Amino acid sequence: MSLDKPYLDIPGTTIFDADQARKGYHLNQFCMSLMKAENRERFRANERAYLEEWPMSEAQRQAVLARDWSRMIELGGNVYFLAKLFSTDGKSFQYVAALMTGMSQAEYAKMMLEGGRRPEGNRYVGEKR
Amino acid sequence: MARITAGVTTSHVPAIGAAIDNGKTAEPYWAPVFAGYDFSKRWFADHMPDVVLLVYNDHASAFSLDIVPTFAIGCADRFQPADEGWGPRPVPVVEGHPELAAHIAQSVIQQDFDLTIINRMDVDHGLTIPLSLMFGQPAAWPVKVIPIAVNVVLYPPPSGRRCFALGQALRRAVESFDADLNVQVWGTGGMSHQLQGLRAGLINQPWDQQWLDRLISDPEELSLVPHLEYVREAGSEGIELVMWLVMRGALDPRVRVVHRFYHVPASNTAVGHVILENDR
Repeated sequence: MSLDKPYLDIPGTTIFDADQARKGYHLNQFCMSLMKAENRERFRANERAYLEEWPMSEAQRQAVLARDWSRMIELGGNVYFLAKLFSTDGKSFQYVAALMTGMSQAEYAKMMLEGGRRPEGNRYVGEKR
Repeated sequence: MARITAGVTTSHVPAIGAAIDNGKTAEPYWAPVFAGYDFSKRWFADHMPDVVLLVYNDHASAFSLDIVPTFAIGCADRFQPADEGWGPRPVPVVEGHPELAAHIAQSVIQQDFDLTIINRMDVDHGLTIPLSLMFGQPAAWPVKVIPIAVNVVLYPPPSGRRCFALGQALRRAVESFDADLNVQVWGTGGMSHQLQGLRAGLINQPWDQQWLDRLISDPEELSLVPHLEYVREAGSEGIELVMWLVMRGALDPRVRVVHRFYHVPASNTAVGHVILENDR
């Protein structure tokens, strides 16, 4: 019997569950390696070569190189691990969150100042606003 | 006898730490956030505990995906601020209380909570930002800290019910420690926020406010709220709020609200902060 995943009908949300964590293990461990200054330097010097040291999928490597955050999440990345990568790039949680929504950072920051994204229409697929 | 005198909760948004560390707290964006902690700094002048049991979550800093403990207790005599990718925060080393921590571990495990014992770990913004918010930028933290790390990153976290019961077990453990210590329990994280996907930026102010009401007056019932409601209503990262229930379980059923603060936004997040004392 498969596990119950009642959160799958929440729109625009990937829950980092055991299946995602299994898929993303090496991607996330790569991100954590960037907590050491010397690794950040080696990564910056040659991203491709550094990524080759990690047994992750080619799709995951491509997503890292392209800084495609949504794709990394889809392939098992978790935002707290990915934070080590965007911190290495000098970027913030808000910068990355805005990118994932497809908004500009200015638009996203404005939405947050106005109280954030409303839950209405966002609780489950098909909910009316 | 050691005793638990108060509970404190606060969000631990990384950008708050950056604002403190970079001297931006007076800027128009940040001033309303920090204003919510002015009272708290004054309150601590008269209510400084000896030890804080600081319930927080590690954000992929001490724990990689190699080992993910659901509940862990820091038993070391000191904890270094973690390098989360931009260098460690410029904050003091966190001093532990190994004797009380070891006592709690033994007591709580015998109360059926299988804590993971951690003798070496770095502590990230989840633990150091609450200290900064309450105590500012001192040369040394004015309290000893026992980190209680709860997994809320890899789904599923422990249930609200389990977190509340852990708080009750922590209280029994503290009260059986044979030294005259003033202990507070802090719960951190939350409130509503989502940091990933097309739904990033989700904030649910009415839900947060009713959750705070229930945390204060009806925590047992609140502890039964399932994970799914947190994720749906308060965002994928809003589920951190279960950690506040550990704090609440360690206090009396009836509490006095000393301070309550709520503000949107800090970066991507709704900030909540309460101080509760046992009402007797």
